[in-house]
Amino acid sequence: MRASVPGLPPWARFAARRAVAGVAVVWGTVTVTFFAIHLAPGDIVDGLIGPGAAATPELRRQIAAEAGLDQPLLVQYGQELRQLASGDFGWSYQLGQPIGRLLGSQVWPTVQLAVSALATALVLAVLAATLTAGRGRAVRGAAALTELLAVSMPSFWLGIILLTALSYRLHVFPSIGAGGPASLVLPTLSLALPLAGLLAQVIRHELETADGRPFVLTARARGLGERALLLRHTLRHALLPLTTLAGFVLGGLFGGAVLVENIFTRPGLGRVLASAVGSRDLPVVTALVVLSSAVFVIVNTLVDLLHPLIDPRLREGGAA
Amino acid sequence: MSSAVTVLAETEAAVLTTGRVRPRSPLLAAAATLFVLLALVLAFPGLFTAHSPEATDVAAALRPPDGRHWLGTDQLGRDVYARLVYGTRLSVLIAVGATLIGVGGGALLGLLSACGGRRVDFALMRIVEVLLGFPELLLALLVVALLGGGTLNVAIALGIAGVPSYARLVRGQARLVLRSEYVEAARVLGVRPWRTVLRHVLPNVGGPLVVLASIGLGSAIVSGAGLSVLGLGPVPPDADWGAMVADGKDFLQTAWWISVFPGLAVTVLVVATTLAGRRLQLRAVR
Repeated sequence: MRASVPGLPPWARFAARRAVAGVAVVWGTVTVTFFAIHLAPGDIVDGLIGPGAAATPELRRQIAAEAGLDQPLLVQYGQELRQLASGDFGWSYQLGQPIGRLLGSQVWPTVQLAVSALATALVLAVLAATLTAGRGRAVRGAAALTELLAVSMPSFWLGIILLTALSYRLHVFPSIGAGGPASLVLPTLSLALPLAGLLAQVIRHELETADGRPFVLTARARGLGERALLLRHTLRHALLPLTTLAGFVLGGLFGGAVLVENIFTRPGLGRVLASAVGSRDLPVVTALVVLSSAVFVIVNTLVDLLHPLIDPRLREGGAA
Repeated sequence: MSSAVTVLAETEAAVLTTGRVRPRSPLLAAAATLFVLLALVLAFPGLFTAHSPEATDVAAALRPPDGRHWLGTDQLGRDVYARLVYGTRLSVLIAVGATLIGVGGGALLGLLSACGGRRVDFALMRIVEVLLGFPELLLALLVVALLGGGTLNVAIALGIAGVPSYARLVRGQARLVLRSEYVEAARVLGVRPWRTVLRHVLPNVGGPLVVLASIGLGSAIVSGAGLSVLGLGPVPPDADWGAMVADGKDFLQTAWWISVFPGLAVTVLVVATTLAGRRLQLRAVR
């Protein structure tokens, strides 16, 4: 099972193993998506042209030939893999442009939104958790209720509330588009609040269970003040489980971005995906699915590699 | 092996242990009341409103909430409250249908994986692992892209998106049961394998499955509404709560009530479902 390469430090071996596993997951995603599309009922040429567009039989044949649909399924599968491996996502017939260029032009607004939402959620969650952990019943009850509400609130509804209240009523923030940092505030909040609710629950639980652990007792015995204890030891301990949540969080961010971008009419990958699904533009949907699985794998691998930096217990024996 | 699986398992464990709900909390009572009310709305929507959800009245379009139209009217003069009441059926139908499809498919795959020998298990679990790597909404969107939108397809899509996590749970539980001494005893006594599965495995898998399904129901409500907000759900004039949110999206500046109230309904239902789910979980843990 474990291929041991001599002469490599443990973390490099670990990274290599994870890279191989990651490539396998992305390959699996491509495979599942490919066969789902090709074995689903209906003519794929329809999916390529999209609904409403009438095509002559000749044009259909031409499109089928161009997409390689006249080839045996396994040959098509091989071609798809080869194409994707060379970084070619194919062609969107409905939008009349190469998918790589399309995604390239839309990726930045989504990354911007996701990163700012993640940062906001982390700050909010850490603040909420440290301020309420171990307090009296009333405080903790209120915090738990707020977190439950935040977690349950659909991001699209939050977006609508924020738009109505802060943009249309009070005119504090611009309502739509992606012009400047001000236009990022409301979409960020809509995406960040539900996430903050979830993270705060986890962090608070960790903070509370940390009390009584040997490392806390030791630090207290050394005469460390409560604040220093929190900042230097307990908080770090509490942030640890968040790293395992990274994939989950990423999925939430992307799923949320699809809705938030649509509510706020912001450009981005989420908008592209929603309209591609609506018009059944299968090549675009495939590309986005594969892309997000790749991002998912990369982030998870990075998080696992960074794990020892946060958790000293993992440093000694290597990352086995 | 797979990071996706461990990540999700640990997520579930982490969420499980946080946000405890006290057994006799007033919130829980409120949730229970809400479910009774919901059942009544589902069975007799006519009891709750005299207005028709589809009657248009252009003269009374975009009216704010008042004594006649409790939650205002939309751009066609339809009563928002009446549409909310009648839309309940579709919203609940999609979520419950999706959960049933997910649980059924997951139970089938999980049992097949647990009982079908090593090769079947290996192949199925690799597929499940790949699917678990997708965010649920993304997987549902992929299925909608394949099948097209509409009420039934959205329920199927959300159901399929839920299958991997149910399958993994059922497989794990079933393997535990299959290794137990009473199954061994049944085998020795000559009980047929399919009978063992029906009599011993299924009942033992059922409990955790119901708990996970109650949590899944909440996310199916949100995801279902989300797909409808994107315009992929029920086809007009049918509208679930999500489709109503989408309807009012372009009128937020002048008529916020068209979108805000259906969104509120989604949120309230999800909170109630989550509370009930956690209560079930607590009972299962004890």
